[in-house]
Amino acid sequence: MIAHLPALQVHLPVLQVIIPLMAAPICLILKRAHPVWLFALITSGLAFVISVLLLQQVMTSGVISYELGGWQAPWGIEYRIDKLNAFVLLIITSISTIVLFAAQTSIEKEIPKSKHTFFYILYLLSLTGMLGIVATGDAFNVFVFLEISSLSAYALIAMGKDRRALWAAYQYLIMGTIGATFILIGIGLMYQMTGTLNMEDLSQRLPEVAQTRTVFTAFAFVIVGVCLKLALFPLHLWLPNAYAYAPSIVTAFFAATATKVAIYLLIRFTFTIFGLSFSFTTIPLQTLFMALGLAGIFIASTSAIYQKNIKLLFAYSSIAQIGYMIVGFSISSVTGLTATLLHMFNHALMKSAIFLALGAVMYRLGNVQLSSFHGLGRQMPFTMAAIVIGGLSLIGVPLTVGFVSKWYLLLALLEQGWWPVAVLILLGSVLAVIYVWRLVEVAYFKEPLSDQVPVKEAPMFFIIPIWTLIIANIYFGIDTRLSVQVAQAAAMSLFGVTP
Amino acid sequence: MLMGLFNHWVVIALMMIGLYIVIAHGNLIKKIVGLTLFQTSVFIFYISMAKVNGGTAPILADDIIQYSNPLPHVLILTAIVVGIATTALALSLVVRIKETYGSIEEENIQDQDNQTFEQSNSQKDSKQEKQA
Repeated sequence: MIAHLPALQVHLPVLQVIIPLMAAPICLILKRAHPVWLFALITSGLAFVISVLLLQQVMTSGVISYELGGWQAPWGIEYRIDKLNAFVLLIITSISTIVLFAAQTSIEKEIPKSKHTFFYILYLLSLTGMLGIVATGDAFNVFVFLEISSLSAYALIAMGKDRRALWAAYQYLIMGTIGATFILIGIGLMYQMTGTLNMEDLSQRLPEVAQTRTVFTAFAFVIVGVCLKLALFPLHLWLPNAYAYAPSIVTAFFAATATKVAIYLLIRFTFTIFGLSFSFTTIPLQTLFMALGLAGIFIASTSAIYQKNIKLLFAYSSIAQIGYMIVGFSISSVTGLTATLLHMFNHALMKSAIFLALGAVMYRLGNVQLSSFHGLGRQMPFTMAAIVIGGLSLIGVPLTVGFVSKWYLLLALLEQGWWPVAVLILLGSVLAVIYVWRLVEVAYFKEPLSDQVPVKEAPMFFIIPIWTLIIANIYFGIDTRLSVQVAQAAAMSLFGVTP
Repeated sequence: MLMGLFNHWVVIALMMIGLYIVIAHGNLIKKIVGLTLFQTSVFIFYISMAKVNGGTAPILADDIIQYSNPLPHVLILTAIVVGIATTALALSLVVRIKETYGSIEEENIQDQDNQTFEQSNSQKDSKQEKQA
């Protein structure tokens, strides 16, 4: 077995996607909830190990190209791992593994026992879809994997115990399908003009026909489709309810990964396939995205302040954080893109920690209404402390990861001399202070309500993953070498700058 | 010119009709019909794109020289399967919605949600008042 390992190493890019895909139907055979949970956890852990190996390989020896079934690209399907997608693969698999650790405990209270096996199957399929979108180098493959991850996502969200989960899943399904079909139209138009679906090949052939109306239309369809998926303001309407009423584990997983995958797609389509000069010079994407990103930050943060359901509050905050990533993206400089990539990593860390902690509150209290948090700071000290540190990270307080990415974003803005935008970004953080403070005030400075039954601290299966994420939040806020180095290298390679 | 692009005109007409139904209708089943129409228009678009004038099916035989591009057909087979899965999932969601809300009209469902929202809020408020 050990002797075959070097041979397996060549196949890592496809194993990354195939392992969770194959594991999903095997869950059906295992049937009973507990073994299925362990099996899913091991599968996700294995995917995490593979993504670490891939990142290592890419950082030392450059781009890995894998031809599926030995068919040569551009005719066959190519999996192409460069610094950018190795980084995103690492984000997805690490968060998925940590979140799964708490899954069995959490779904016991939120999902009927008969559906536990299906929950893990859908979870693994959704993971497969996301990994596939990121790993593949084929434009049509992106659509297929996008639908695999979305369809399982709709079903997962509908498993929420509140009946509003059904309505949220339906709305997400309608919006998501429109988005995916828009991407399909865009890919079709590109194929019509170039006769290829391979991303690398597309990027070489598109410039020849760049000045045609067909390519403009293709670009418009793809960008709008991707923006629907990443919940860019004003296309965010599906997100708050979907996140608020989905089972806690699903929210923690999706809030950290699903929108990041869509942002990866946005970067891949604009930078690699259409090219920098087309996306930012021919088309005024910069002004548009800057404006929408800033509007998103302010409108979503303001809505967050008025929410009484805490999951809904942090769902709105997610839309605001996407705004920050889009602002970084729209600067279209190496530092700006570094800030976006860093924030993808950092936001995944903070949001998964916060939503897992809310899952723990849900486990003990059965709801996450603001009024239920009265005096919770003393009853569930570890859980509440985690939410507070996660909240500080959202605000961007020094020594947390949130500070690092905001710092790079400000640097990128000042590099361009856009200080008014930098001021707006800082004002946006003030709004985050307000919505985090509302929760802290109720949890720490209010007495418990008289009819409220006192609760115990969350079980260990929650505390361990939550605090793993929180410690990562602080660790990567102090020792930024790993995250910044990889993000910077990825941004530089996208701009074609050699370090 | 007009007739040459006949298929594309059909595609755009179907696409717009589909999108309009999704946006304008409050009935959840009608929305799904619109969505399916919208997806179907894209299938037709791919298939028309692959057609070569005078071309036949791509079979390896001596007398066949000109043939249509088979790749978009294969792609669209995949997309059709995805479309069926989406429709099936959407319909099963509507069944569950009908079971719990007793309605498949968007307005009706939203009214019910708003009512439960206000009720739970007023309960919470009265609790807090008692406390004070």
